[in-house]
Amino acid sequence: MKHLAEYRDADTARRLAAEIGRIVTRPWAIMEVCGGQTHSIIRNGIDQLLPPEVELIHGPGCPVCVTPLVTIDRALAIARHPGTILCSFGDMLRVPGSREDLFAVKAAGGDVRVVYSPLDAVKLARSQPDREVVFLAIGFETTAPANAMAVKLAAREGLTNFSLLVSHVLVPPAIQAIMRSPGNRVNAFLAAGHVCSVMGTWQYPPIAMEFRVPIVVTGFEPLDLLEGIRRTVVQLEAGQHEVENAYPRVVSERGNEAAQQVITEVFTPVNRAWRGIGVIPDSGWRLADAYAAYDAERRFDLGGITAEESPLCKSGEVLKGTLKPNQCPAFGKECTPRTPLGATMVSSEGACAAYYNAGRR
Amino acid sequence: MADHSAPPDCSQFTCPAPLRDRPRIVLGHGGGGALSQDLIEHVFLPAFGNPVLDRLGDSSVLELAPHLAGGGRLAFTTDSYVVRPLVFPGGSIGDLAVHGTVNDLAMSGARPLYLSAGFILEEGLAIADLVGIVTRMAAAARTAGVTIVTGDTKVVERGHGDGVYINTAGIGVVPPGIELGPKQVKLDDRILVSGTLGDHGMAIMSVREGLEFEAAITSDTAPLHGLVAAMLAACPTIHLLRDPTRGGIATSLNEIAALARVGIEIDETAIPVSPVVASACEILGLDPLQVANEGKLLAFVPAAAVAEVLAAMRAHEHGRRATILGRVVADHPGRVALRTALGGSRVIPMPLGEQLPRIC
Repeated sequence: MKHLAEYRDADTARRLAAEIGRIVTRPWAIMEVCGGQTHSIIRNGIDQLLPPEVELIHGPGCPVCVTPLVTIDRALAIARHPGTILCSFGDMLRVPGSREDLFAVKAAGGDVRVVYSPLDAVKLARSQPDREVVFLAIGFETTAPANAMAVKLAAREGLTNFSLLVSHVLVPPAIQAIMRSPGNRVNAFLAAGHVCSVMGTWQYPPIAMEFRVPIVVTGFEPLDLLEGIRRTVVQLEAGQHEVENAYPRVVSERGNEAAQQVITEVFTPVNRAWRGIGVIPDSGWRLADAYAAYDAERRFDLGGITAEESPLCKSGEVLKGTLKPNQCPAFGKECTPRTPLGATMVSSEGACAAYYNAGRR
Repeated sequence: MADHSAPPDCSQFTCPAPLRDRPRIVLGHGGGGALSQDLIEHVFLPAFGNPVLDRLGDSSVLELAPHLAGGGRLAFTTDSYVVRPLVFPGGSIGDLAVHGTVNDLAMSGARPLYLSAGFILEEGLAIADLVGIVTRMAAAARTAGVTIVTGDTKVVERGHGDGVYINTAGIGVVPPGIELGPKQVKLDDRILVSGTLGDHGMAIMSVREGLEFEAAITSDTAPLHGLVAAMLAACPTIHLLRDPTRGGIATSLNEIAALARVGIEIDETAIPVSPVVASACEILGLDPLQVANEGKLLAFVPAAAVAEVLAAMRAHEHGRRATILGRVVADHPGRVALRTALGGSRVIPMPLGEQLPRIC
């Protein structure tokens, strides 16, 4: 914890915020891409320290919330399958599908287990050879290496009862989609530090160049975030659009090359639907053909399952910052945290849930 | 969302939202948070509601004819224990079954006297394991000065229980003049906490999930009536006591804010959490405010008496690290706000059900 305390010092935080206040001259909208950063910003009240000119737009970076409804419904179908063990990270259990969530399937007799690593799911498959073990593999680039390793491990051991339901999503295509969307208000991005620890920063200069948008790789602690925002504002005020690394203690330009190699071997790019946003080209990974035997979508008959996102939901516009949550017609009526229609109300880190819980009706 | 006209006191931080209107019992109904409250409000109170039960205290204080209770009143409570594993660093289900019920009585200001013990045993349980648990339970009762005066045993088929479940009920006597409860809570009361938070929950989680940290995390399970007696001796007009078990202080403070119809403000820098628990929570993405305690209490104390109460707490073995956590405010009645170390603020929401490790 002593290494974390260094990045939480209140005096330094106030100095950084004051420095941002000194350099800013006009309004800027900065999007933090990652849900973990959103969490830290609200948790520590960082946006309350910033000058009114700096607006933080919470991006689509919570993997739980952007996982499409149809994937949740498929996971629920697998979990209901007799003899199957569905393994998942804890916070997926509460995400509502079309009719229910994994907790409800568990309560009705399904075998749903929370694991801390996909390797635990492999261990389970090894110890229970007569059961089908499926791991719900969601997440950005950060969780991909471990998921890829789980598949490689299962292959090496010749396990035939282990598979992944893959719904991986990628940051760079999401940034491009946001910049291309009509009415985009985002002036700069805080890139997600943990994603870049795996992937490096080399993917971002072409994006910064194409859209003339500053991208600052940023960490998660209060001082990391404030430093990332400070550097972003410096660039914006100077009319620059560089990729900067404000998280060098974790992120290098090339990233974790061993991890990238495993990812490239096990996964292949795919068009992916994002809940509340829609399909973004090449914005996800699926299992490569060589590992098709470990793909739960092929092992289970899930083809018949489709799910429609609510036509009332305007979360795409909220995520792009063109609509405030309480300007959506469904906000607080058809759509509440108990009955969410879209990504931003599903996750409490989402802008709509944040507005709802703050009583900003 | 830098909307500076209205600071975002938002945050329902358990990542995704739940479906609360459920046709079946889910684990979250036992988590002590909003789902548990739903169950109490919509199932139990409609069936059992009465003026005593409706107060929803940790234990109920019963008015009896004066000659029956020697001028005092009776406090009565019950609790069931289903912890897994049965033995954990710092205690066992037997210790919990005594301490939990003793503490529920103590939060009414009662001196605990008698316990009942009901055992539900699973077919196949090793007798040696049961003896181990019962031995610890007897020792805990002796230390706490309570007598186990009645009991019951049932055995269920293998697979229908988790080894041992224990229910205890407890009776104690509240001395005359002691009046604790949400109704007594006043504006500007100070909120004291008796020590570090989250130790029990993280001790259980670390063994249950096979997680190893630099130092073992030990449960704080302990009887608190001695500490309570010392506090009431220092200030008989303490307004309210609560032991923040399931759902942690986030749940307890929200319950109190709602029942007393007051605002509560706590200071992030004042929250006592041991370094190893803080690290474990950090790694797992859990909030120590939502993690269970089994040997800690929250006290709502008149501002004028804070120094005396704090001194009495710190002089007691179970209150050495007592500290002032926050106060009762006029703003935002029914809500709990936290002033962050950086000077911002956010709402501490009522946890929904079980706490789940976050992926993001």
